[in-house]
Amino acid sequence: MKEQLEAIRKQALEAVADTQTGADLEAVRVQYLGKKGELTAVLKQMGKLSPEERPVMGQLANEVRAAVEAAIEAQSAVLAEKALAAKLEAETVDVTIPGKEVEIGHKHPMYTALDEFKEIFINMGFEIFDGPEIEQEDYNFTKLNTPADHPAREWSDTFYLTEDSSVLLRTQTSPMQIRAMEEHGVPIRMISPGRVYRKDEVDATHSPMFHQIEGLVVDKGVTMADLKGTLNAVIREIYGSGTKTRFRPHHFPFTEPSCEVDIQCHKCGGKGCPTCKGEGWIEVLGAGMVHPKVLRNCGIDPDVYSGFAFGFGLERMAMGRFKISDLRLIFENDIRFLEQF
Amino acid sequence: MKLSRKWLNEFVDIGAVSDRAFAEAMTLSGSKVEVTEVLNESLKNVVAGRIVKMEKHPDSDHMWVCQLDVGEDAPVQIVTGAWNIHEGNLVPVARHNSLLPGGVKITKGKLRGILSNGMLCSLKELGLTAEHDYPYATIKAAALLNDYKPLDPEKPSIPADVQPGHKIYGKVVAARVTAVSSDDGILWACALDTGSGMAAASTDCANVHEGDLVAYDTGKNHICTLEDLRADQKEFPHCIPDGIWVLHEEGVKPGDDMAAVIGADDHVVEFEITPNRPDCLSVIGLAREAAVTFGKDLKLHTPEIQGCGGNISELVDIEIEDADLCPRYTARLVKNVKIQPSPAWMRERLRNSGVRPINNIVDITNYVMLEYGQPMHAFDFSCVEGGKIIVRTAREGETIQTLDGNERKLTTNMLCICDEHKPVCVAGVMGGANSEIIGDTAMVLFESANFNGASVRRTATALNMRTEASARYEKGLDPMNTMKAVQRACELVELLGAGEVVDGVMDVIAKDAWPVTVKLEPEKVNGLLGTDVPESEMRRILTDLGFELEGDDILVPSWRGDVEHYSDIAEEVARFYGYNNIPDTLNAGMNQRRGFSPVQKAENLLGALCRSAGYNEIITYSFISPTYYDKIDLPKDSPLRDSLKILNPLGEDTSIMRTTTLPSMLEILARNYNFRNKSVKLYELGRTYFAKNDGSGMANEPKVLSLGAFGPDMDFFALKGAVETVLEGLRISGVRYEAEKENPSYHPGRCAKVWCGDTLLGVLGQIHPHVAANYGVDCELYAAELRFDALYESIGPEPVYQPLPKFPAVTRDIAVVCDQAVTVGALEACIRKGAKGLLKDVALFDIYTGTGIPAGKKSVAFNLTLRADDRNLTAQEADEDVKSILDLLKTELDAVLR
Repeated sequence: MKEQLEAIRKQALEAVADTQTGADLEAVRVQYLGKKGELTAVLKQMGKLSPEERPVMGQLANEVRAAVEAAIEAQSAVLAEKALAAKLEAETVDVTIPGKEVEIGHKHPMYTALDEFKEIFINMGFEIFDGPEIEQEDYNFTKLNTPADHPAREWSDTFYLTEDSSVLLRTQTSPMQIRAMEEHGVPIRMISPGRVYRKDEVDATHSPMFHQIEGLVVDKGVTMADLKGTLNAVIREIYGSGTKTRFRPHHFPFTEPSCEVDIQCHKCGGKGCPTCKGEGWIEVLGAGMVHPKVLRNCGIDPDVYSGFAFGFGLERMAMGRFKISDLRLIFENDIRFLEQF
Repeated sequence: MKLSRKWLNEFVDIGAVSDRAFAEAMTLSGSKVEVTEVLNESLKNVVAGRIVKMEKHPDSDHMWVCQLDVGEDAPVQIVTGAWNIHEGNLVPVARHNSLLPGGVKITKGKLRGILSNGMLCSLKELGLTAEHDYPYATIKAAALLNDYKPLDPEKPSIPADVQPGHKIYGKVVAARVTAVSSDDGILWACALDTGSGMAAASTDCANVHEGDLVAYDTGKNHICTLEDLRADQKEFPHCIPDGIWVLHEEGVKPGDDMAAVIGADDHVVEFEITPNRPDCLSVIGLAREAAVTFGKDLKLHTPEIQGCGGNISELVDIEIEDADLCPRYTARLVKNVKIQPSPAWMRERLRNSGVRPINNIVDITNYVMLEYGQPMHAFDFSCVEGGKIIVRTAREGETIQTLDGNERKLTTNMLCICDEHKPVCVAGVMGGANSEIIGDTAMVLFESANFNGASVRRTATALNMRTEASARYEKGLDPMNTMKAVQRACELVELLGAGEVVDGVMDVIAKDAWPVTVKLEPEKVNGLLGTDVPESEMRRILTDLGFELEGDDILVPSWRGDVEHYSDIAEEVARFYGYNNIPDTLNAGMNQRRGFSPVQKAENLLGALCRSAGYNEIITYSFISPTYYDKIDLPKDSPLRDSLKILNPLGEDTSIMRTTTLPSMLEILARNYNFRNKSVKLYELGRTYFAKNDGSGMANEPKVLSLGAFGPDMDFFALKGAVETVLEGLRISGVRYEAEKENPSYHPGRCAKVWCGDTLLGVLGQIHPHVAANYGVDCELYAAELRFDALYESIGPEPVYQPLPKFPAVTRDIAVVCDQAVTVGALEACIRKGAKGLLKDVALFDIYTGTGIPAGKKSVAFNLTLRADDRNLTAQEADEDVKSILDLLKTELDAVLR
């Protein structure tokens, strides 16, 4: 019997070691340890043994069972690991295959630029005003101290909705200066972006509809130094902290003193190149101290209050930022263009 | 305004300031420099050279080999094909490695084997013309018979073997030139062999040389030109009225730089002058700015006139009918006028300033306009009938032929300068042809007047003729300048020897200009600028600019009509103190309300939601064509057709303000379709425009969110899903979709109105195939139009936390069979109504028709979620609720459990 048990141990351990799958292993377990298994069959013969041999053989049989069970358990772990490895292998993907598309829309580049601009001003304590595009001549021109015979009022330059030229499509966002002062009162600190209209044929740099951003600050004791400080801060936010600016005298009917603001050409660093047309500087906005007549037109005493106003052209800012070469792309709305931003 | 720096130097000596430094400094003090042109940059290594020897090219029948003295030890050899030159002529020589205008580079080379060390130049090659720049250099050519090429080789008019003495026609015979000489280089004395003897003739044709065969008119003793022979230029290919510029310039010697000879050794600065500063449209005005900018003295000049006696008031009468339109009219008279070209220096200045020289009198008016900024006009006084100048508006039906040759119809609001009978000039715009200065003009009336700027602009615009003069007048000129200008013109007349100035000036002041005064308030100026400029500095700046200070009163100079308030004074101070020296400060005008308003936040959120649903933002024009309403099949009587109209649109396509954004969206969809883009999803939050009809003329401009899409993944429910995403993101709840069959722009079976309670949010659906076809699109287009105001009003409250369920839910699936016509919405509403409080959610999961379902019926399956908040639900409780639901479905909608 001892020989039988040893033979079972040997055969069983070999059979376990040979198994390749969980099913094989289970078959081996049943073959040797099952109710009708070989070890069980041997144990059934225990009764035939002498009482002296019985405990010896019993112990041996238990040892054999334990050894085979341990081997099965170990082999089971090995096989499980192997099966998992095979599964993982089978599940391997080509990681270079594109991911499943999550479609997301894009903001128009102009409004990307505008939104950034709004954020900057909001953070500087400005409010944002929205105003009418169909505007009265009075607000678009007269209250802004534009002379009655100013060329901008010509029907060749401005779109009119009434024969008497009293209603028009605003040519600038500046009427919002008047509306803000009249409706909000002072002190005031606002910007007003929006659409404006001029009678320009469509080409690479012109459009009959475009966008401006108006700004206005009025309070007691507002100075040109405040204008400079504010605009320099804004320009450095937009164009980078190292941006150099220069303020040049200019003329607008509704500001006095007036200025235009240039930034040093980023391409040539001021030496002069095609980007800046050799000037070394690129104009970015017009500004000035609100004309006393304009304040008075809004019922504000220019001897008590003063203010500054400014206007940015949004298209130029966005086109410069995203290197968009042709204004027509802005209003064409080709999805291949929009999806780039 | 183009400014010659040489001219500027006459009035202010700013020394050797580089162009760049000059431009920078002037720009920063308010005179913006656009560009500086260095004239001789395009003319290099071109010198004057004297032809010391001329020989025929051995291998050419039309070229000359010339030896030129260019001021060096050895002469320079140059080969030329020009025939108008002679030994002794002084000509422009483009030497080896020279540069001509237009970027033409000249290098040495061989011409038919003979070395040529450059090129002799014509006026044209130097960028000039005889007509305007050097009238004396007009070239006439004789018809040289040795150059004759018959048009038809079979039938020559002149035989190839023509010899001296052969008759050409009439008294014209062939003659051989045996000698040519000239004293002045203008007239040439020729000795001729006429075959039958010798003759001497003089000619102004420059192309005649010894040995040439000419056509000699024995009757007129004249060497014939092509014109005389009625010959075609092609018959005499080298006898052309063109050639080398033979210089007749005083003081020019071989070796002199031609750039200096023609006045191109100048730098011309082009300024952008703002409309408030017409005084800077002049050399003196800019000199004043430059003087203050660079801290130098302005050197003004007082014209001096000898006069020739007489008295203008005996010869001329001036009457101003409309003082508002012509506040001042100043005039002087010049007699014994000799019309001729003006001297080189004047022509150079004019040319460098962008004005073409014409003749001495016209050039003087232009010169004075550039120098003083005062437009002038010169009349041929003999054409002024009655010797009377009347400044009046045109009469009904009057016309005038202006100097440009056009006949102009005048209207009664146009100011004219007239004689007793007719207009002779459109005031401030252009003179009349009837009093034009021509070659035999003997008496000239110089006008130096002040006209109303607006009136001149209106007239110039109406006649579509903006001139140098009108561009200045329309900005409003200095009334005190008329006298200075007319005096300067008369001084130049005497200087040029152009005529004799009659004593006396006619100066009619119809309307006085009162000097403007402003108080000097240094603390207010500093207060506005945020600076600390000392009063003494302010006074210095103002004084230098020509302001006069009497105590604290500032007397504004007559040429500064733009200054009337202390803010204007502040600008003057700031310009020269330096805008960039003003400190930077922050934080004025703070107010309570900050940040984005609730509406702005909603707009921002709306955009973000559209993008998260895959839609791209577009920007479309606010104006559309009225035909676009037809394109979207809008009924003829639709109130949406009542658009605000632009009376002067660019074109019909942009002529009305849109009342709906749908055409704009469809246009962009169609454009993308035409670009063959496969899948397109777009959105815009854009305005529509409706007349307010409150007398203001203004509009309500409500914003509309439009969505538009096409592509393989699009159907009604894809669009609806996007709309639902937007509405959910805005926390708009209780939304209802109602089938809409009446909207003509949409598919009648795939369109819905969107409601929130009683508020109509908008419409969505598939675009009607008719409408899509109108846009040339044959795929399914989808669009939604949602009113922003309605969306904004419907935004739900901030969410409040609801405790998460503690007990598990029980789910039940039910499938009911009902009529096809019963909507899912109705079924769902009925399910919610039938539940007894345990139903938490209803979700559609299947709609089925076909085998097993009777015709006209459908099976609709829902997944129900039931839950109690306070206990575990038993199956029995759940079943009771479901039964109640099924009962109601049966009774209300005849929907029975399948």
